[in-house]
Amino acid sequence: MNIKLNRLIKSRGFASISASLGAILIGLLFGYIILLISNPSEAGFGFMTILRGGFNQGVRGVGNGLYMSAPIILTGLSVGFAFKTGLFNIGASGQFILGAFAAIYVGVKWTFLPDGTVWIAALLAGAIAGALWAGIVGVLKAYRNVNEVITSIMLNYIGMYLVNYMVVQTVFNPTRNESITPSRAILPKLGLNQIFTNSSVNIGIILAIVFAIIIYIILEKTTFGFELKAVGYNRDASRYAGINEKRNIILSMMIAGALSGLGGGILYLSGAGKHIEIVDMLAPEGFNGIPVALLASSHPIGIIFSGLFIGHLNMGGFYMQRYDFVPEVIDIMIAIIIYFSAFALAFKAFLEKVSKKKGGKSA
Amino acid sequence: MSTFYFLIQQTMFYSIPLLIVALGGMFSERSGVVNIALEGIMIVGAFISLYFMRSMQGTISGQLLLVLSMLVAVGSGMLISLLHAYASINMKANQVISGTAVNLFAPAFAIFTARAFIGVQQVTFINQYRIAAVPGLSSIPVLGPLFFTNTYITTYIGFAILVISWFVLYKTRFGLRLRACGEHPQAADAAGINVYRMRYAGVLISGALAGLGGLVLTVPVTTAFDGQVAGYGFLALAVLIFGQWKPGRILFAAFFFGFMKTIAAAYTGIPWLLQLGIPGNFFKMTPFIMTIIVLTFTSKKSAAPKAAGEPYDPGKR
Repeated sequence: MNIKLNRLIKSRGFASISASLGAILIGLLFGYIILLISNPSEAGFGFMTILRGGFNQGVRGVGNGLYMSAPIILTGLSVGFAFKTGLFNIGASGQFILGAFAAIYVGVKWTFLPDGTVWIAALLAGAIAGALWAGIVGVLKAYRNVNEVITSIMLNYIGMYLVNYMVVQTVFNPTRNESITPSRAILPKLGLNQIFTNSSVNIGIILAIVFAIIIYIILEKTTFGFELKAVGYNRDASRYAGINEKRNIILSMMIAGALSGLGGGILYLSGAGKHIEIVDMLAPEGFNGIPVALLASSHPIGIIFSGLFIGHLNMGGFYMQRYDFVPEVIDIMIAIIIYFSAFALAFKAFLEKVSKKKGGKSA
Repeated sequence: MSTFYFLIQQTMFYSIPLLIVALGGMFSERSGVVNIALEGIMIVGAFISLYFMRSMQGTISGQLLLVLSMLVAVGSGMLISLLHAYASINMKANQVISGTAVNLFAPAFAIFTARAFIGVQQVTFINQYRIAAVPGLSSIPVLGPLFFTNTYITTYIGFAILVISWFVLYKTRFGLRLRACGEHPQAADAAGINVYRMRYAGVLISGALAGLGGLVLTVPVTTAFDGQVAGYGFLALAVLIFGQWKPGRILFAAFFFGFMKTIAAAYTGIPWLLQLGIPGNFFKMTPFIMTIIVLTFTSKKSAAPKAAGEPYDPGKR
């Protein structure tokens, strides 16, 4: 029994999960303190509203929480997958918005497709657009050694301006200064709206979970995934071992981009009144992918849960607004959680030290 | 000719903050700590100093208030950068992650605090700092209209920071030690340099300059700070890399970016540019595209500090 417990404590999974949970606790605590400082009399009430998240409004709120989680699970997977293969994909935002545009474009313009298949083509287009956009980063990294962080950041801005331009040229609703609704490509609800009545939930959350599982299998159970990770650990050693490291870097980025692009498609094909607005602002869903991935230590299955958790917190923030609280406290909490999860390395070393000491005594 | 002068004056407003922040990033990265938190630090610096300016503008006035606000910006930038320093130096955290945390924190902090204490999201202030013409100097032909008309003291402070940075980095013992820690910290340690202390110094200088840059960026272009600096921190990072971590080249890169930004913002007022019929969005994209192109041709022989991004591990050889 003791040996089993020891092995559990020493296992990497346990260390990262407990580090994340610790970080979450610290983040929540800080959030509570901030509420106490800014509005002492209602702090407890506000804090409970955050914790309840979607549950503030029964099944409808939960359904909307799932709806909001789907795109950030996908961008989280995008960032996490890139992380696992040694790349920092801070460009999920640009990939996301290009994917969204491609999905809307296909959804509106490909009128030759029969009803019911348009959404599939649109989502595919979104994934391809995201993959190509991220592929630029991969090619430059592989062949010209350009730092992927900088190209990703640049491509976020280029993508935003490009999409603004293309929306105006092709799928524009001038009276509202935003993209038009791709009414033939709205995602199916699969009866989820009967479980979560009146909510915007749709097939997106299921797709997000399926893709998380697929990414897990690719990374952990296939040679291809092993090669991708090997290149991330040591590019030169991988080349020496006969791995085509240039191709793998490009493929890693393209897969990451496809996931973000898909996330964009899923959010904007929901039919829940989401449109691409023509403003000079980067898509926040792309940046939300970073905390989602970090909180789960980039583990694909963990990302499902961290995505749901951050979606839940965001719903809490949404309901807080009704009671005149400032919802940005949620973002502060998420930032604090990420900050402390960055300490995971030190925390793991500490855990190992403790368990080693214990092991030494018993022997 | 007046269009040309106008463009250069505008370019200053965009270039000087980029210059200041990129120089800050240079100190951090040269000491071995990658600082993608520049964006967040700029926001915090701008927010706290403008909040200070707003509260004091009844009591103090004129350039003195601007100078005091700049000191507040420097201080608050240093304070927030301590978070990044502690995580990446003491806790050996992934520097990109802790930087991201600061970037997530800063806009939320600014908006939350503003809404909780002012009631609205925007921090408004009175701009009373523009210098229409510097007495005497503004009448010099060409140079007068270029550098001494329609300007702010921040422009001169930016240039002063450039000169001081160059001097500190290359001509002082401190600068040599700082660079050593970014190239080979183990060797620096063996030579008796306290790597941790030098890296703290690097990050704190970057915090001071980024905080200042946030204020310097905001004052000339708006009178209502909205909890964001429009990606200038990231742009400064690009300037830093474009400038190959060297002060002189950073100056060039900052002005190149600033000029592109100015063109994007002002092209509708320049007849021959407008006649080209290029959509505004493409002008806005240009600085970012140019960065990628330049990096494509320079990254093979990148002059990045060798140990930047790695936590210092004394046992490593």
